[in-house]
Amino acid sequence: MAAPKIIVVGGGLAGLASVIKIAEAGGTVDLFSIVPVKRSHSVCAQGGINAAKDLKGEGDTTWKHFDDTIYGGDFLANQTPVKAMCEAAPGIIDLLDRMGVPFNRTAEGLLDFRRFGGTLYQRTAFAGATTGQQLLYALDEQVRRYEAEGKVKKYEGWEFLSAVLDSNGVSRGICAMNLRSMELKTFASDAVIICTGGNGAIFGKSTNSVVCTGSAQSALYQQGAFYANGEFIQVHPTCIPGEDKLRLMSESARGEGGRVWVPRTAGDKRVAKSIPEADRWYFLEEWYPKYGNLVPRDVATRAIHKVVYEHGLGIDGQPMVYLDLTHIDKATLNRKLEGILEIYEKFVGDDPREVPMKIFPGMHYTMGGLWVDYNQMTNIPGIFAAGEAEYQYHGANRLGANSLMSCIYGGFQAGPNALAYAKSLTAAPGDGGAAHELARQHEINERLMKSSGTENPFKIWRELGEEMTKNVTVIRYNNRIAETDNKIVDLLGRFKNINLSDKSQWANTSFAFTRQLYNMLQISRVVAQGAALRDESRGAHYKPDFPERNDEKFLKTTKATFAPDADEPRFEFEAVDTSLITPRPRKY
Amino acid sequence: MAEKTIQIEIKRQSSPDAAATWEKFELPWKPGMNVISAMMEIASNPVNAAGNETTPVAYDSNCLEEICGSCAMVINGKARMACSALIDKLEQPIRVQPLTKFPVVRDLAVDRSVLFENLKAVKAWVPVDGTYALGAGPRIFPQQQEVAYPLSNCISCTICMEVCPQFNDATGFVGAATIAQVKLFNAHPSGKVLKEERLRALAGDGGVQECGFAQNCVQACPKQLPLTEAISDVTRDVILQQVKDFLTV
Repeated sequence: MAAPKIIVVGGGLAGLASVIKIAEAGGTVDLFSIVPVKRSHSVCAQGGINAAKDLKGEGDTTWKHFDDTIYGGDFLANQTPVKAMCEAAPGIIDLLDRMGVPFNRTAEGLLDFRRFGGTLYQRTAFAGATTGQQLLYALDEQVRRYEAEGKVKKYEGWEFLSAVLDSNGVSRGICAMNLRSMELKTFASDAVIICTGGNGAIFGKSTNSVVCTGSAQSALYQQGAFYANGEFIQVHPTCIPGEDKLRLMSESARGEGGRVWVPRTAGDKRVAKSIPEADRWYFLEEWYPKYGNLVPRDVATRAIHKVVYEHGLGIDGQPMVYLDLTHIDKATLNRKLEGILEIYEKFVGDDPREVPMKIFPGMHYTMGGLWVDYNQMTNIPGIFAAGEAEYQYHGANRLGANSLMSCIYGGFQAGPNALAYAKSLTAAPGDGGAAHELARQHEINERLMKSSGTENPFKIWRELGEEMTKNVTVIRYNNRIAETDNKIVDLLGRFKNINLSDKSQWANTSFAFTRQLYNMLQISRVVAQGAALRDESRGAHYKPDFPERNDEKFLKTTKATFAPDADEPRFEFEAVDTSLITPRPRKY
Repeated sequence: MAEKTIQIEIKRQSSPDAAATWEKFELPWKPGMNVISAMMEIASNPVNAAGNETTPVAYDSNCLEEICGSCAMVINGKARMACSALIDKLEQPIRVQPLTKFPVVRDLAVDRSVLFENLKAVKAWVPVDGTYALGAGPRIFPQQQEVAYPLSNCISCTICMEVCPQFNDATGFVGAATIAQVKLFNAHPSGKVLKEERLRALAGDGGVQECGFAQNCVQACPKQLPLTEAISDVTRDVILQQVKDFLTV
């Protein structure tokens, strides 16, 4: 029998981790990515990767990492897989170290660790302030090695459009589009692993990369995959507002001692450094004396919102607060944070070693995603998911530096599990549904190409983003969410009247974007309606009208399925695995 | 008073074989704009300065934080990343064109896959035994990490190749980025097991000998990689390897 063929979609950390495990075990892989894989969004992760190696003599344990993760996620994550991840984490750090990741070191030549949000331990390994970039490169290099050996074939510049499903609803491959020739093609495989990241683009501006549209997850949801906990979106407390995107200012800035403050008096015109201590309000340190500036992201984000919008103390009346590093010596800053300080310097023009940074919360991470079982398989047989594209490791709020670990760990699980599944797969009936799927995608493309309406897709996208950011991020009210859902229905209507200003059949980026846009609109309804249904506050999901967590009704995973006839989501709830830690109130 | 606008001219080419033309745009100014946000503005209102409808501009981009290496282009004559090219710091009209040393795909998008092929040729990886549990990695002191880390910051933008007078079809030069990666992996305690193979790959035509010491690379690199230092170090090692190979034949 031929070696099983696996398709991996997405070349970030999760995708590359899957590829490495499959190639190592003797499988062959086709790796699909919109961008050259080395340019995937994982490069943007800055601060570090968590593992309880306890190299600082603090008595840290994998159980404490597990407990912090579950507690940080407000008990919404299924506990069994999270525990397994935390136990595997120290070994994964060792592996990454062996692959050559230039982690920061102690004087003895051991791995250095720093503190991140939501924990009291120094548990975060880091490579300067570009940890994601360094990890991605290490995996990229290993995949390049397998590519040179002929075990991996890369399809860079191809975009996943849909799964090929046979008459029994079993996955037999994918349909993808070549982003240069615009050619549509189906590719056969025994299993598919979806590692396509988060969906920041539905919020317009976010810290996510351009390719993070959620389009692949949405396409699968529309083909019958469950989408879980869509309403859980992480808004990162410290971002640099920009015209084209929001740039992240890593939590490591606070991990290394950065302090968040505003002037105590509204409209204080003095330059930041000249404002004396007595006139500064370090509100996080005052409100959360135990964790201080390192409370979890949802807590910090709401605190900043409160200071700006309720106390009216944003800098110069603008939605911004100070993140101050100027009290830390420059040598330390350069050694541990140079990468992120350069970002601020380059994109804002001020030197954060001299001037406190101005920051504000922005959409950052998708906790929800494709529903998967403990083997990382979705409810569509043969389709697996790993990384930010799936839902299972972070519950209602992700802790800083847990995402890189969950991506790699998830990929390491998905790869071997997909291979095992593929080995027991029986032959496809007929052509496995390939011709049918190809025809369906051709029809969608032709309809779009022929569309001669008046609506510009980029304008529709902007409206979607503004609406979602306004009503479905930090603070949520049911009536406003309902307005947003109505607005999305309206935008879906306007989508039918789209005007493709570019009708060429070569490297047509606006055509590809327009296809993504449709999927963004569909998944946005899942996020909005999921938020409307959850009448409680938990982790990143906060409703002033329901300020408490309600375990009796909502200690449940939200599962959305697409109802094709109604063209909208249907919802059901699934019990959460709390077999290891009894839920307790989350109070930092 | 009229709204403040920006003037931008973009070199456009509808396909690899098509002729290139310059197209002018006048766009509404906003604070904090970069060249990417100008492209986004054109996409949402694709009308040129003459008032004619046109197509959105094709370009490569992803992270917009100067870390993915996608959006390298030539802006006002200088090869640089478009995301960190702030409009207010550029002389207008801003002239934007694709990198000149790589095949144009469309408009500002070019094919830079040659770099990834080069990285394959020099085996730019640590050949780990496997991904199973094999214990901790080698001890690496902070001084070694501080040499490795800057080299590992290369974002594969290819700007060092674009600005290099020696990087062309005639020489087949691999360019500074690849050589810097050879230095990085040859210095790694387990990566150096492939050191000789890497050095041999950089001997001969297209290898380190093609460098003409113009030093453009180190000045243009957006991540400030110590490229000329890496080229000198690797050149020395290549020569030593050649001598060694000659003597052992």
